[in-house]
Amino acid sequence: MKLTVSGNEKEYADGLSVAQLIELEKVETPQYVTVSVNDEFVESGAFAETSLNAGDIVEFLYFMGGGQYGF
Amino acid sequence: MAFSNEQLERYSRHIILQEVGAKGQKKLMDAKVLIIGAGGLGAPAALYLAAAGVGTIGIADADEVDLSNLQRQVIHSTPDVGKAKVLSAKESMNAINPEVTVNTYQEFVDASNITDLIADYDFIIDGTDNFPAKFLINDACVLSKKPFSHAGIIRFKGQLMTYVPGAGPCYRCVFREPPPPEAVPTCRQAGVIGAIGGIIGSLQAMETVKFIIGKGDLLTGSLLTYDALKMEFRKIKLPKAKNCAVCGESPSILKPFDYEQAVCKL
Repeated sequence: MKLTVSGNEKEYADGLSVAQLIELEKVETPQYVTVSVNDEFVESGAFAETSLNAGDIVEFLYFMGGGQYGF
Repeated sequence: MAFSNEQLERYSRHIILQEVGAKGQKKLMDAKVLIIGAGGLGAPAALYLAAAGVGTIGIADADEVDLSNLQRQVIHSTPDVGKAKVLSAKESMNAINPEVTVNTYQEFVDASNITDLIADYDFIIDGTDNFPAKFLINDACVLSKKPFSHAGIIRFKGQLMTYVPGAGPCYRCVFREPPPPEAVPTCRQAGVIGAIGGIIGSLQAMETVKFIIGKGDLLTGSLLTYDALKMEFRKIKLPKAKNCAVCGESPSILKPFDYEQAVCKL
């Protein structure tokens, strides 16, 4: 099935879960990533049981700090 | 209020713009903007807003200028090392534009003072580098119905979003809780390229100007991400979280609070 992940359309195995996609895409700090599917957030506790469907648009949103400190 | 000849000349490139004009310039001169953090993001934002003639700019930061700041915090200069960042920032801003009133707050911003601090301002810029501060600013702005610009930078990447009361998701809709300390890299550990602060902080200034003059589309309901190595901008749609703890349907956060895990050091 085709999914659009972070803006790129690619072929993925049917029945892939959000948790499997996170692993496949080697998402940084996977335990703290926010995921949206078709402009709806997926609760982090539901990544494993949320299956993706052909045509889904998936975005990963990452924590990003600031650049204020030098030390 | 009529413009002086000097003001007409100083702001001529604004006034000639259809979207700004004399009316927009007057709005900028009447506006009050608070910048929390006089660092990598706050530096360019403060310089551009002062140059633009924003009438009152507050700047909050408890730190002093360090030599390692100067690689990116372009509002401070080498002779400023050891000086309070807010004073160094004020001097640079007033050197560019003596008309701007700069209010300095050399203090840590926390739950005890943030509500009073933001009360006098029309728009707030989050130029902090730590998650407890970012959540604190979000919660206080949501609860006080203040629009603000959130941003973060790390290595060669940056991102920002704009919150406007009643017009889209807040930071906590997207990122529910701060990650535990050390769980995600900070700039101190990971490094940050100086120009990233210039790009993202300038975009925060741009959002501020657009909000004040009431023109264009803001980053409400969107996160703009920038990857300098790929040289790629992406605008990602952000939904509102119905169960958001501060702006959702039945909020559990009713007043600003500090996370204990780290000192909210601005």
